[in-house]
Amino acid sequence: MTDVLNPPAATLDAAQPAWGKYDQAAAPPHRSALFVPASNAAMLATAWVYGADLYMFDLEDAVALREKDSARLLAINALTSYPWRDMAVAVRVNGIDTPFFADDLQAVVRAGADMVRLPMTDSAELVHRLDAELTAIERACSRPVGSTKVIAAIESAAGVVNASAIALASPRVVAIALAGFDYLLDMGAEPTQDGSELFYARCAVLHAARAAGVWCYDVVWGDVDDEAGFRAEVELVKHLGFDGKTLVNPRQIPWLHEAYSPTAAELARAERVVRAAEAARDRGLGVIAVDGKMVDGPIVQAARRAIAYAAASGVREDR
Amino acid sequence: MLISRPAVAGTLESGDATVRITPHDSLEVVVTSSVEAQYGDAVRRVVRQTLEGLGVARALVTVTDKGALDYALRARVEAAVMRAGDEPVDWDVLIGGER
Repeated sequence: MTDVLNPPAATLDAAQPAWGKYDQAAAPPHRSALFVPASNAAMLATAWVYGADLYMFDLEDAVALREKDSARLLAINALTSYPWRDMAVAVRVNGIDTPFFADDLQAVVRAGADMVRLPMTDSAELVHRLDAELTAIERACSRPVGSTKVIAAIESAAGVVNASAIALASPRVVAIALAGFDYLLDMGAEPTQDGSELFYARCAVLHAARAAGVWCYDVVWGDVDDEAGFRAEVELVKHLGFDGKTLVNPRQIPWLHEAYSPTAAELARAERVVRAAEAARDRGLGVIAVDGKMVDGPIVQAARRAIAYAAASGVREDR
Repeated sequence: MLISRPAVAGTLESGDATVRITPHDSLEVVVTSSVEAQYGDAVRRVVRQTLEGLGVARALVTVTDKGALDYALRARVEAAVMRAGDEPVDWDVLIGGER
């Protein structure tokens, strides 16, 4: 039985969050996942400067039907060229039941995409099908089997209900992302200012992600001119526990990153917590206190996360 | 690869290129570039290398370059060639080579 007042020293030294199997220990924060239309050469040439945590080349909704072939070729040429070849990039392929899916997958896996974002992931069975296709392509092009990871986009009532099975369907799944537009359509729901129509889906998807140990992205905020609305939604989903949001406009990146950054005071406390935890570990102590409050593993974990966010984007003003 | 019909790919937006390809009795490449003075020769080299990699020996290829990066030029040439031919894409050939 664990003594809650004297936990093992190891629990005080949880260097990284226990969830997140996509090389979480080495990875930077994953707050912003920005779509870049794969048909747009100019945007592909410049988007990498915006500082998103993850870029997602989009072969699906952003690309007209008659340009699916050229967008696919532009995406793979970008993936194999500087600077994209040295960055973590996901590609949103077309849906598994579309005529574009097979060529999308052949192209982007061979071109070295780190992740494939699968739209309309309604069931674990779809992930199993994707997994099998990825394995076949990886074998054919001598890429390590399993090296292509998956972001499963949850866009329907069935997807929300099956979110846990989807997140656990394959070791390739490193993140699940809630997508709001199709979900609301499927539910017959209407968007509200406070996002109450998404509350169940957000909680369900987030619980599925945490139970499976994968990242979780919130929905796109479509009104790029509504900074106040965007910031309010970010506060909500950050407090719920989302790692970040899917974005469609680079203007939203600094707003999002700022919300996840600690204040200077929060950073200072986080650094005190980590220093105290490391000193306790070195001295073999099982329990510590900082600023008069007992510190345990999850608090050390949160402190390290705050330090990582500050390292990535600095600190925010205390409002 | 045999060029069977006229085809076009790309746009005239800044940072992109338009590639038009038509059947021809030899390989002819005509480039107009907004960055001709600095990169005209490089654009022609990328276009010719891409055509060679795809095995295109007979075609008239007209490129209107608006400052596209090398990979965008390659992509636009590849798309035009694929649209102009009847052969299915061989991903091994297309992605297997040095880029």
